[in-house]
Amino acid sequence: MTAATRRPLIPYALRTEQRLEVPRWLPIATTISAVVVALVISGLLIALIGGDPFAVGAHIVRSSLGNVGVLSDTLVKATPLIFTGLACALAFRMRLWNIGAEGQLYFGAWGASAVVLLPIVPAGSSPFVVVPLMLIAGVLAGAVWGGVAGWLKARFNVNEIISTLMLNYIAILWVRYWVFGPWSEGGFQLSRPFPREAWLPRLTDFSKTFHDLAGLTTHLGFVIGVICAFLVWFLLKRTRKGYEIRLIGDNPRAARYAGIDIGRNVILVMLMSGGLAGLAGMVEVTGSVHRLQDGISPGYGFTGVIIAYLARFNPFGVVIAAILFGALILAGREIQPAGIPAMIQGIVLFCVICSDILLRKRVRLVRK
Amino acid sequence: MTEPASVVAAPDERTTLAVEMRGIVKRFPGLIANDHVDFQLRRGEVHALLGENGAGKSTLMNILSGLYEADEGTIAVQGVPVSIRSPRDAIESGLGMIHQHFTLVPSLTVTENVLLGLKEPRFRLHLPHYAQKIRELAEGSGLRVDPMAKVWDLSVGEQQRVEIIKMLYRGARVLIMDEPTAVLAPQEAEELFRTLRDMTARGESIVFISHKLDEVLAIADRITILRKGKVTAAAIPAAGRTRPELARLMVGREVLETIVRTPSTPGPVVLQLAGVHALDDRGLPALRDVSLDIRSGEIMGLAGVAGNGQSALAEVITGLRACTGTVTVHGEELAGRPPVRAIDAGVAHIPEDRHGTGSAPDLSLIDNLMMKSYRRAPIARGWIVNSTVARERAVELKDEYQVAAPNVDIQARLLSGGNLQRLIFAREISTMPSIIIAAQPSRGLDVGAVETVHRLLLERRTAGAAVLLVSEDLDEILALSDRVAVIYDGHIAAVLDVADADVHTLGLLMTGGAMGSDEQPVAVRQGA
Repeated sequence: MTAATRRPLIPYALRTEQRLEVPRWLPIATTISAVVVALVISGLLIALIGGDPFAVGAHIVRSSLGNVGVLSDTLVKATPLIFTGLACALAFRMRLWNIGAEGQLYFGAWGASAVVLLPIVPAGSSPFVVVPLMLIAGVLAGAVWGGVAGWLKARFNVNEIISTLMLNYIAILWVRYWVFGPWSEGGFQLSRPFPREAWLPRLTDFSKTFHDLAGLTTHLGFVIGVICAFLVWFLLKRTRKGYEIRLIGDNPRAARYAGIDIGRNVILVMLMSGGLAGLAGMVEVTGSVHRLQDGISPGYGFTGVIIAYLARFNPFGVVIAAILFGALILAGREIQPAGIPAMIQGIVLFCVICSDILLRKRVRLVRK
Repeated sequence: MTEPASVVAAPDERTTLAVEMRGIVKRFPGLIANDHVDFQLRRGEVHALLGENGAGKSTLMNILSGLYEADEGTIAVQGVPVSIRSPRDAIESGLGMIHQHFTLVPSLTVTENVLLGLKEPRFRLHLPHYAQKIRELAEGSGLRVDPMAKVWDLSVGEQQRVEIIKMLYRGARVLIMDEPTAVLAPQEAEELFRTLRDMTARGESIVFISHKLDEVLAIADRITILRKGKVTAAAIPAAGRTRPELARLMVGREVLETIVRTPSTPGPVVLQLAGVHALDDRGLPALRDVSLDIRSGEIMGLAGVAGNGQSALAEVITGLRACTGTVTVHGEELAGRPPVRAIDAGVAHIPEDRHGTGSAPDLSLIDNLMMKSYRRAPIARGWIVNSTVARERAVELKDEYQVAAPNVDIQARLLSGGNLQRLIFAREISTMPSIIIAAQPSRGLDVGAVETVHRLLLERRTAGAAVLLVSEDLDEILALSDRVAVIYDGHIAAVLDVADADVHTLGLLMTGGAMGSDEQPVAVRQGA
């Protein structure tokens, strides 16, 4: 009777089943594979539009990591991404979907700028006064903007995805009002440049002593970013608050049962997340742009979402992912002003999110 | 047409087998859940599948119902080899699984629930026609239920019948029932048993998964027992077996089943509820005017059919559910206060939903064990968590309470039900609480774990704790409690001394009958 049965076209099929145990190496391996798959797909698309994927790839590597100069530029691009990535990773750990890092970044940039543009401190003050003040103002402004969404969520159970997304537009338009209006320089959509005391120190500032540093624009913000990554790691792994955040993220009902006030933690985490994103805005205006202008962020806040996912919410992973994306953004401008680089970002996020299923399910090839 | 002589099963025996599983092997990382398991289900029998948690009986039945795929082995249904890769394949082979938690849509009628997900009717839903079909099917199987009733109007026992009808309507000839009596009152269980008998008399076959040895002895024709993935008793006839014998086969050692309960020496009232009202999640009254006193050094059993407010009562005391009225612990008012106040007041809570409430599945055992103690020294050092102390403490608790796990870094979801419950007990009881709210503490656990749970509760009682034991298992209530409160429809129907309580009285009170009213004869559980 077996002779009569029809053979299927492909004699194999993929079956999935629940995975019980996740080995330690698997998340890392999965993420790397997802990125590789994403790059292959991107390469195919580049080939489809008539480009040479290998040449493009080589060019991307050369123009972002090829020498000390471009490497420094990569780090400059990576710096705001570290902060927005950390902001998202921290909130996502609690399954609080803050996608408003963009708006919180704008508010942080505005808050920091207000210190020298309103001005809050007189011109010619010591940088040791101005920079810390700007830092605090940036964190506070971002925290307030994140806190609004947190409060709405805790008090009225407003979906944070919607509220943070909408608050982005308000923040962007708020900055636009100030740079077109009160702080506009000669009617252009940018403020006057900040005085030198409001600049974060850059490597090139030390080129008198160390000649090799000339022209390198990597600034103190990168170091602050790495410190913040460590602080977020410490918060999550070593503190009571971090334990509460992880517990709420894993099982809110168990957290309530353990006596944790979820509403307070929602507000607190949104304040911290907003503060981190606000720092992104602060370091961007004080370290790189040195003025407030319209379009201060080309979507760093949204890229932060991708970075957080790529890092699987691990703070140190965020730093690495941010550098990779910094490289991609930098090189992207070299290969095409718009289009392909953003597409590659999108494909990477898509692949990483899809690869999540491999952590939960075991996929097997079976004979039909 | 000459059959080779090596075919073992004689043709006539093969035709009488509803299901034959041979040499089933299922490996999970680090363990073999089923190690060459053979399982034979005859036509028209109730076959009990016994085993501890993690013994592999769920895995075996999940393979049969298409949720898992076996690594090795063959399955034949009604003598025909089949390959079951999905629940759909299973039902097409006539195998229907009825899970412990029902999969019904409460707002739909019985008929709509039965038709849900089927290809027929295609577009136009001519309900009266299908209602008639379902009525005929139900009556033919001795399952009384109104096809036009909304499911949320039905009792738990009736909902279970709907689940059975659903499977029969889909053509199931073999029913796999996962702990079907866990949610039923004794009388309802009795009715279920009658139904199962009727069904087997008509040639349908039933796999009955249970932990309750009495029930297994009462209903099963044959019994298969699994231990650590292997068969320890293959399809032995149930007649003439005894509880200790089955328990030994399940656990692999003698089980101390008789609970030694010394007379209690109750102290002062430590937990007092007066005029408590509370709503359930849908905003309907869950508790009406509940008043209850529990003394230190006594176990108060709370008996009731599932869904009569006992869960709400446990949640009100632990601060998880808002209420009006007064809840006082050691004289401190707790009603309307956040859960942390109850924790600080010394109320331990063994929650009913171990996975959903009692643990964080993806966090480590360390994190799960410090859920109640991370705020205080020595685990807390200011706002820092002292991870060295937390780890040491977790290792101590894991060893002391015999949580079977390779280390304390694994995720809590990898623990079996019994071990998860040991972990929860370790966490809740190690703080020496003066009040313990234990909701369904032994539901779904194997005899070994049940023994531990009972021993721990009695130990705490002797040490002077006040225990509220919420359980649907009357044998457990009667064995452990000093006093028994019966809850019906959100109200405490009676509080009895355990000496005055028996299964019969409690069963009546639980279903809304008054004490002493004996006009309708109630079947007492067999073998109890």
